[in-house]
Amino acid sequence: MNILVCVKRVPQTGGRIVLTPDGQEIDARYLGFTVSPHEECAVEEAVRIVEKAGGTTTVLTLGPAVAEDQLRDAMAIGIERAILLETDGREWDPVATAEAIVETIHAEEAANGPFDLILFGNESADTGGYQVGVRVAVALDRPIVTGIKGLEVGEGSLVARRDAGGGAWESFELDLPAVIAVKEGINLPRYPSVPGRLRAKRKEVAKVSPEWRAGGLEKIGLRLPQEDRTRAEVIGQGPEAAIAVVDLLERIGVVRK
Amino acid sequence: MSGGILVVVDAPGGEPDRLSLEVLTFARSLGAPLHAVLFGPGAEKLGPSGVSTAHVVEDKRLAGPVPEARAGAIVQLVEQVSPSTVVAAGSERGNELLAHVAARLGQPMAANVVSAVLEGERLRLVRQRWAGSLLEDAWLDGSPKLLTVAPHAVAAEPAPKATSLATSPFEPALTDRDFRVRVRPIEAAATSGISLSDARVVVGGGRGVGSGEAFSELEELAGLLGAAVGGSRVVTSAGWRPHSDQIGQTGLRIAPDLYIACGISGAIQHIVGCKAAKRILAINTDPDAPIMDVADYAVIGDLHAVVPAIAAELRRRGIAAS
Repeated sequence: MNILVCVKRVPQTGGRIVLTPDGQEIDARYLGFTVSPHEECAVEEAVRIVEKAGGTTTVLTLGPAVAEDQLRDAMAIGIERAILLETDGREWDPVATAEAIVETIHAEEAANGPFDLILFGNESADTGGYQVGVRVAVALDRPIVTGIKGLEVGEGSLVARRDAGGGAWESFELDLPAVIAVKEGINLPRYPSVPGRLRAKRKEVAKVSPEWRAGGLEKIGLRLPQEDRTRAEVIGQGPEAAIAVVDLLERIGVVRK
Repeated sequence: MSGGILVVVDAPGGEPDRLSLEVLTFARSLGAPLHAVLFGPGAEKLGPSGVSTAHVVEDKRLAGPVPEARAGAIVQLVEQVSPSTVVAAGSERGNELLAHVAARLGQPMAANVVSAVLEGERLRLVRQRWAGSLLEDAWLDGSPKLLTVAPHAVAAEPAPKATSLATSPFEPALTDRDFRVRVRPIEAAATSGISLSDARVVVGGGRGVGSGEAFSELEELAGLLGAAVGGSRVVTSAGWRPHSDQIGQTGLRIAPDLYIACGISGAIQHIVGCKAAKRILAINTDPDAPIMDVADYAVIGDLHAVVPAIAAELRRRGIAAS
């Protein structure tokens, strides 16, 4: 089983978003970076599949040189190889991103044989475009299902399941090679071990520098939405506040005497 | 392109769903005539929404979750109708479907748009990033323009005047390849208590709860209030609660009458999942926690003391959920 996982470096936003003065980016000076939560699970899933069935795993990202950190994080929990499509920091839209990934997949497959399975996160945490995985699958003429929270890989095919609403599940059978976009909840990603981190530090990251291109969705700028909420009214301190809380619950009709 | 707007309508049980009615409202602001495509019954309900032509795909194979085949049908319909814009709901399934259409047509697509105006050949739009915590102003090119509308970005309203609606059967030419993803029978829901999505009151726990065991305090309060219990991403990532209990950007979006946020600092990942609650009561030791910016009411204190005290006070007054 030869698996490719595609991830994206995004800021760890925490409690409040602050923009840069030009409104082009999130001010990330005081923030850490990570990969989108769905992708953390995609990385973990790839490692688990190969631990069980054998094979190789590769992680790929399109991003600035520092996105190498996120590739090493993936290698620290067991991904073997990493490819960085290094950008100059400009944002790539979904069409351009998918094109660059497809070009790299073609080159990789020509050199090292086909990927049986390509994993994406369902959508990136930051831009939330909901389309790069589908575009890559269609360009490669491979089947894809998105929103996947359960995966069983068999000989030549896989079964994938996702929420069908109201607690029901729908499931799909796909022949390999296939593409799957996973959602958080498919697994509980492990923490990297210290030896894993050290091993990842020494590993090589293959680098490609694709040329920036327009894709048809062009960012003008970012802004924070107007929220009409006002700050919370403090109705009490400590356990003595229980009386005020229950008064409130009665007043708003959540409970009755 | 001859113009006109094509809207993908979902009508489970023959009734257009709320998101579809929102998308139709949004689409009317972009131009006319309004075309709709449905993969099942419900077309006759679209006159009040201002639809001129409803294209009904009657092929039973397209009734299920088959985005590849549905995209194949929409691409053929686009060739026939030549719309200037194709719009779908910004739901998980709507985004998936339109991504397939975009990939097949080789056109760009904007997901979760909240407003859009045509300026010359380009669409100037505002769309959601970070699940709505941030807005992006952007240009969208392409022909047709492809976009999904963020859920609840516009309120569903009937057209100022109803149109005379024509219904037209549409039979796409599909191949086996369009059905290469094989759909298996749906597994029914395991029966359980009150679901987080439907509960009128939700008690949520965050890092401050401290352990999976300590959620029993929240469970006790929830039991008295007829509430469901959920948690932040910290809680599900630590394994204190199953992922299906997560409220947030990568979990559930809830909209109860009251959300009681216990020991939750209020990371934006969590806020996008709970801000549709009518009222939020935060219980937190930190009066400056970001949750205070979105909460309506707050109790400053340790949830391990406050939550059991609320439960005790409810019992003392002999109070039950209404």
